[in-house]
Amino acid sequence: MKEKLRACAAQIDEALAAVTCGEDLKQFHARFLGKGGVITALMKELGSYPKEERPAVGQMINSFKEEVLARFKAMESEVALREMQAKYERESVDITMPGVAHSVGALHPTSLIRAKLCEVFAGMGFRIYEGREIEDDYHNFTALNTPKDHPARDKQDTFYIEDDVMLRTHTSPGQIHCLETMKPPFKVVMPGKVFRCDDDATHAPMFHQIEGLVIDRHVTLCDLQGLLDTLAKAMFTDDTKTRFRPSYFPFTEPSVEVDVSCCECGGTGEGCRLCKGTGWIEILGGGVVNRRVIANCGLDPDEWTGLAFGAGLDRIGMLKYGINNIHLLYDGDKSVLRQFKK
Amino acid sequence: MLLPISWLRTLVDLEGIDNDTIEKSLFSCGLEVEERALFVGDVQGVVVGELLSVCKMENSEHLQICRVNCGTYGEDIQIVTGASNIKAGDRVPVALHGATVYGKEGKVVTIKNGKLLGTPSNGMLCSGEELGIDDDWYEGAGVYGILILAPDAPIGADVREVLELNDEVWDISVTANLPHCQSVWGIARELSALLNREAQEPVLDYTATAEGKENISVTVEAPDLCPRYIAHYVKDIRIAPSPCWMRRRLILTGHKPINTVVDITNYVLTELGQPMHAFDLSTLAGEKIVVRRARDGEPITTLDEHEFRLTEENLVICDAEKPVALAGVMGGLNSEIRPDTSEVLFECAKFMRDNIRRTSRALGQSSDSSRRYEKGVDEYTTERAIARALHLVQELKCGTVTTTHVDCRAAAPVPTVITTTFEKINGVLGIEVPRREIISILERMNYDVIAVDDLITVTAPGYREDIEDYPDLAEDVIKMYGYEHITPRLMEGSAITAGGYSLLQSQTLAAKEALVRQGFFELINYSFYSEEELALLRLPEGDPRLNAVRIENPLSEKYGIMRTTLIPSLLGIVSHNGKRGHEDGRFFELANIFTPSGKKGVLPTERQTLTLALWGKEESFFTAKGALEALGDTFGLTFTYERGAEPFLHPGATARVFLGGEEIGILGQVSYECVADFEILGGVFLCELNYEALSAHFPELIRYTPIPKFPSVTRDLALVADEQVSCGEITEVIRSACKSVTEVRLFDVYRSEQIGAGKKSMAFGLTFTPTGDTPLSGEAVDKFVEKILKSLAYRLQIAIR
Repeated sequence: MKEKLRACAAQIDEALAAVTCGEDLKQFHARFLGKGGVITALMKELGSYPKEERPAVGQMINSFKEEVLARFKAMESEVALREMQAKYERESVDITMPGVAHSVGALHPTSLIRAKLCEVFAGMGFRIYEGREIEDDYHNFTALNTPKDHPARDKQDTFYIEDDVMLRTHTSPGQIHCLETMKPPFKVVMPGKVFRCDDDATHAPMFHQIEGLVIDRHVTLCDLQGLLDTLAKAMFTDDTKTRFRPSYFPFTEPSVEVDVSCCECGGTGEGCRLCKGTGWIEILGGGVVNRRVIANCGLDPDEWTGLAFGAGLDRIGMLKYGINNIHLLYDGDKSVLRQFKK
Repeated sequence: MLLPISWLRTLVDLEGIDNDTIEKSLFSCGLEVEERALFVGDVQGVVVGELLSVCKMENSEHLQICRVNCGTYGEDIQIVTGASNIKAGDRVPVALHGATVYGKEGKVVTIKNGKLLGTPSNGMLCSGEELGIDDDWYEGAGVYGILILAPDAPIGADVREVLELNDEVWDISVTANLPHCQSVWGIARELSALLNREAQEPVLDYTATAEGKENISVTVEAPDLCPRYIAHYVKDIRIAPSPCWMRRRLILTGHKPINTVVDITNYVLTELGQPMHAFDLSTLAGEKIVVRRARDGEPITTLDEHEFRLTEENLVICDAEKPVALAGVMGGLNSEIRPDTSEVLFECAKFMRDNIRRTSRALGQSSDSSRRYEKGVDEYTTERAIARALHLVQELKCGTVTTTHVDCRAAAPVPTVITTTFEKINGVLGIEVPRREIISILERMNYDVIAVDDLITVTAPGYREDIEDYPDLAEDVIKMYGYEHITPRLMEGSAITAGGYSLLQSQTLAAKEALVRQGFFELINYSFYSEEELALLRLPEGDPRLNAVRIENPLSEKYGIMRTTLIPSLLGIVSHNGKRGHEDGRFFELANIFTPSGKKGVLPTERQTLTLALWGKEESFFTAKGALEALGDTFGLTFTYERGAEPFLHPGATARVFLGGEEIGILGQVSYECVADFEILGGVFLCELNYEALSAHFPELIRYTPIPKFPSVTRDLALVADEQVSCGEITEVIRSACKSVTEVRLFDVYRSEQIGAGKKSMAFGLTFTPTGDTPLSGEAVDKFVEKILKSLAYRLQIAIR
């Protein structure tokens, strides 16, 4: 039997060396380890041995079989590894070829600014109120202390629907709606579309503003500057500064125009075209809510004080993104819109 | 308003303060200098030259060759001129190479050395017109030809010096709350308070030196529109040009000098801010003035020869018979000052701001006077202005001031008195301005101040009709004290409030983000468009979308109506992008559409609408539908569809979109006709949804549903159906046949000869989910399938393949 096993081992060595793939392995298994295989045939010969020799011979064949099986398993792993490697090689890709695109769009730049400002104010306890685009005279003007034929109406060339109905010229009517419906103290910002009869290189007949209103017991001009300082820093950079100067809005007293240090030259003004050398750019207006407005809305102006402010969203966006023409915001050109991915 | 700095400096002591500082000071008072311009500032590089010789050019009829001595600029410069009014020895303005002067129609031209008919000419001799001036500025500047300067004009000197052109004129923007700053004196007064410098009010004294006329009368029938009317009679009028100083100040402030009487009214208007008018008394029937509302249809012809038909809204100044002036706006042609006018009635009145504004707007007629009245004129100044005008009459010796002075007032003006506390004033500001500083500021601003402890009582100066309450005082104080003292502070004493987006606002952002992730670009379009754009949708008469809110005064028909659907805007954008070289794109807009209320005074309805447009080779009805479904899936919503029709959509590829049984929008391919009308290449697919109906289905809160204990089982079914049978119908039948079916997914459709004409094979993947506590056995699922097939065969004549 030893001889036979030795001869068999030689065959196995030869056969294993020839194995290159899974198919070869299968054949190897069938030839040596299968039911009709060489080793099984040797097992069957066991009966021809004397009874007392059988255990030893059987033992010999068994351990031979186990050894072959172990070698088979080892070869099986080796082949699997080799095949996997070949598969990887076959599937190797040119990683410089373009990706299969699932393209992503973008929000409108004015939406981005609007969302950013709303977040900043939300963090300071402001709710967000979205008003109407068509307003009546009372909310757009009269309740804001701008009665008919008031000279302040001049600056706001109005689109009329009928005598006392118009496209809102500013987001300020939102102040009146909030004062009428919200219970003080409250803080609210009101972003939205506004309309004025103006269409030239720097004006579009529709643009966006954001209005802010704080109603509380003791708010002051210092609080207003604190709020607007926070806004300016959030919108531009941490070292952005704000400056107040007197202005006039019928619905605030005192009223201020708010300049922020120029985002282009950092406030130095030197040779800066954006701020025309002044170091400041005008982006906001605001003030302490006029006592008449508070009284108009049924609150006691001796108990409640208010702050109001308004800014142009398109203008802030144009400054922040370096857009030089407001009409680009409304042309809907893909070449423009795709530049505003977050 | 235009402010000549030389004039300003005569009214307030600004010694040692340069113009930049003045500008900064004005800025801090809220008076923004919009432009600082040098008077005829384009005249540069023109010097005085003496003509050494003037001789005719040989080959020209009218050209002359001059040799000019310009001192340091060249002692013998040859210049060719076409003018004939010059001779050797004259001193004239010479524009040298590089100089700029005014050419035809006021255009700025640069002078260069050159040749005229072959003769070198190294500059140009200038006329008054080329220097931007005429006789009103400088005697002789109006002559046709070259301006001959005084014989002692220094050779080589800049003509700007010689002609006294070096005056800065600033354009100042005055906000509506500062009508008292609408004059040179008004601004001087403000600067005086800010800089604590002495101001010198223009001299107001005059003496009536002659008896007047007893019969001159003034009646104000509309005291509500004219609270104050002062008239003063001046006789022995001498109509002549005003003196040079007055003419120059008028020119600097944009007025054309006319004659003594008219110039005085314009001068007072500019100096004090009070509009005035002068009537030729001989033209006033009955020597009578009546201030009344016009009668409907009453005619008037104004000084500029415009004729108007008036209404009761307009205020007129009449004599005994007829209107002679449109109050506050313009005098009548019938009563104007003429060269032979010998008696004048000066008018100095306060007309109500709003009425003048309305009249000016309604008639489209405005003037310096009306612009001033529209901002508001105060009675305090009215009283002073008449005195100032009479003083000027005497100074100019252009008439005899009589004793006839008629003053009509509705009621004596009541001074504004405010009693408040320092604490309240500082409470507005948020800082502690020291009491003595507050008192000092208010006194400098001409308030009368009485302060006892924290209490302060002030009387506002007569010209401050804008002062109402303590916040006005706070504003005046901080203007003068300086806004730089305000320090940013963040709501230290205020209530904490809960802020942030509402649920719907957050969901709207999420909806937009969901679309962006699918490749959509957000658009913002104007809320209005034109009827023509809307008409491209071919909506039939009676379609509600044709009932648009109309803008009364649109910028143009392009923006004539408020949108009733966003679709034309989006198709316009697709078209625009196509023309800009793009070939595809996904766009969405979320915006309001507008519906008229149909009732006067009731505001139109505004409804949020979401519209998607998908354009390009890769897009189809199903990519559009997929985009919509992905949007719905963001909120766990599933839409259902029914075949629909729209005049601008493909009749075979249009679906009505339903959510929870409610129709919320439309989905489809844009028709070929409509695509062509919008000049779009390639297919466009649209979806327009009522966003308010859609968002009403967004989940208010998320509740967890326990997942099934046992796994789901899937089965695939290949069905053969008639061509007309829709996927939706099959799905519906499957679902209603078996409640355990939780998903029906079509994954293949094909047609072949084998299946037969008019038939299609559809492969569905069904998911069965166990509902109870027991797993689904194979037999149970077999039973379900059997039931489903029976139902399909019965209801839709469908067989399994």
